[in-house]
Amino acid sequence: MGQIKLNQVTKSFGDVEVIPPLDLTIEDGEFTVFVGPSGCGKSTLLRLIAGLEDISSGHIDINGSDATNVPPAKRGLAMVFQSYALYPHMSVRKNIAFPMRMAGIDEAEQNRRIEAAAKALNLTDYLERRPGQLSGGQRQRVAIGRAIVREPAAFLFDEPLSNLDAALRVGMRLEISELHKRLETTMIYVTHDQVEAMTMADKIVVLRAGVIEQVGSPLDLYHAPRNEFVAGFIGSPKMNLIKGAEAEKHGASTIGIRPEHTDVSMTDGMWKGRVGVAEHLGSDTFIHVHDTGLGDMITVRITGDIQAKHGDTIYLTPQLDKLHKFDANGLRAG
Amino acid sequence: MARAVTQKRKIINTVAAWGIGLLIFFPILWTILTSFKTEAQAISDPPIFLAFDWTLENYGVVLERSNYMRFLWNSVIIAGGSTILGIIIAVPAAWSMAFVPSRRTKDILLWMLSTKMLPAVGVLYPIYLIFIKLGILDSRIGLVIVLMLMNLPIIVWMLYTYFREIPGEILEAARMDGASLKNEILYVLTPMAIPGIASTLLLNFILAWNEAFWTLNLTAAKAAPLTAFIASYSSPEGLFFAKLSAASTMAIAPILILGWFSQKQLVSGLTFGAVK
Repeated sequence: MGQIKLNQVTKSFGDVEVIPPLDLTIEDGEFTVFVGPSGCGKSTLLRLIAGLEDISSGHIDINGSDATNVPPAKRGLAMVFQSYALYPHMSVRKNIAFPMRMAGIDEAEQNRRIEAAAKALNLTDYLERRPGQLSGGQRQRVAIGRAIVREPAAFLFDEPLSNLDAALRVGMRLEISELHKRLETTMIYVTHDQVEAMTMADKIVVLRAGVIEQVGSPLDLYHAPRNEFVAGFIGSPKMNLIKGAEAEKHGASTIGIRPEHTDVSMTDGMWKGRVGVAEHLGSDTFIHVHDTGLGDMITVRITGDIQAKHGDTIYLTPQLDKLHKFDANGLRAG
Repeated sequence: MARAVTQKRKIINTVAAWGIGLLIFFPILWTILTSFKTEAQAISDPPIFLAFDWTLENYGVVLERSNYMRFLWNSVIIAGGSTILGIIIAVPAAWSMAFVPSRRTKDILLWMLSTKMLPAVGVLYPIYLIFIKLGILDSRIGLVIVLMLMNLPIIVWMLYTYFREIPGEILEAARMDGASLKNEILYVLTPMAIPGIASTLLLNFILAWNEAFWTLNLTAAKAAPLTAFIASYSSPEGLFFAKLSAASTMAIAPILILGWFSQKQLVSGLTFGAVK
């Protein structure tokens, strides 16, 4: 069981309010990702749930009981930190055993759980080593192992992959997702990387300046962003946002079209432009198009073999059914 | 070419370092050498460096005239006691300043350090009077308290610097892992801070051992440590350099040996945070 409910939670540091009143429910077993640009309050929110920071007002319920004034040690939550935060003076085995030792679990059971966790996380050969002798990925696994063995009501991850290199990050992303499928425990995961959010989450919470901009499944957010901020934040490369006369044609203050929802031709189309940089990823090519008369540069994604060279004239046609419209307040219209 | 220059630099640096090291050590070396001379050779002009009649006579006389063991024991108790008492008080203080700092923490630290800028003699009279009133003049307990207070700012500063190096996330991890404050301190913080605490202990033991102003002014006979033992060979008997040197050598020998065996710990402690 691991339902977490935030009611009118606020947090201020001195006179600065970083989280204005906020309501959020995280259902039992859900993989929830808090995502937003740095400084948006996502880590603070996680630390409030963990109990590492005191909330300024409101209350937090965990499993239906008020946990607002419960110290972190007693909330039954496990946390994986960005820096791993392993105990440098203890072996891997002792690191993993620590929460069980604190909980007074008998040694046989401790060893059983350590062996099981080590096996699941490929750490069996490293149990007697110190954290200092491990690679970044292995350290991260130890941190996860330490969180698993105490069988928490929920796991909290604070940007756990940002210290790993790109290849390792993709692997660990998958491992954490698989872990969630296997354990079916509530997980809250904080990241600034919208790719991590999209690939892992059941539910994404997009935050900006301490305010929840939208809550929904990855595809909800992708297909129906509630406002311009979410539209620009979710999806890679970013959605093209166009203002002015072109938007007014569609009866909106701003229109948005994703790079993958724009047809490209070298001969004719709705918008004419000039090819800037073409980024070839192999499977896809991202072309940055300038001088379209639409304001900013437009990015498009093409999958076929279009031989567009720098300076070529290119024609773009947005798929009108995939067009997003926003009103003057930046909110989704229609 | 680059290599040749580096090599040359290295030699210059080494020579300079040894030169400075010897310069600093020379007075101690001279004291030790003098302690093995006769009184006449000790004040001879020009001074004799090594070619003198080596004798242990001075040590015999010093040991015969004064109870070395009693002074030594007083030094051990005063230096050890003040250091341990200081650590017991400073650990929680440094702890709270490092991990739950307030807006005034920096000011408090500086204010504490500023007490070290006061010339000790400025408070000699009031402290002397207090000691008389409390009846702790010429007592070990009185010196333990005074030396502890003298060194407390340094102990707190050193521990504070150490604790600051311990990442807060590790302590938070312990909290999340269900550790109570006591367990967090016992199983996570203390083991991680042991090198720092050890260096602090060592340095303060040495400072307290060498402290002369308070030990000389607040003791007479009962609680007098080795500093008083040295002093007893200077003024009252005139210029007995060889015996004075013998007494000095005996006074500094224990701390010199302690320092020698713990030099690695001391150096790492004093340069902590400077080198990564």
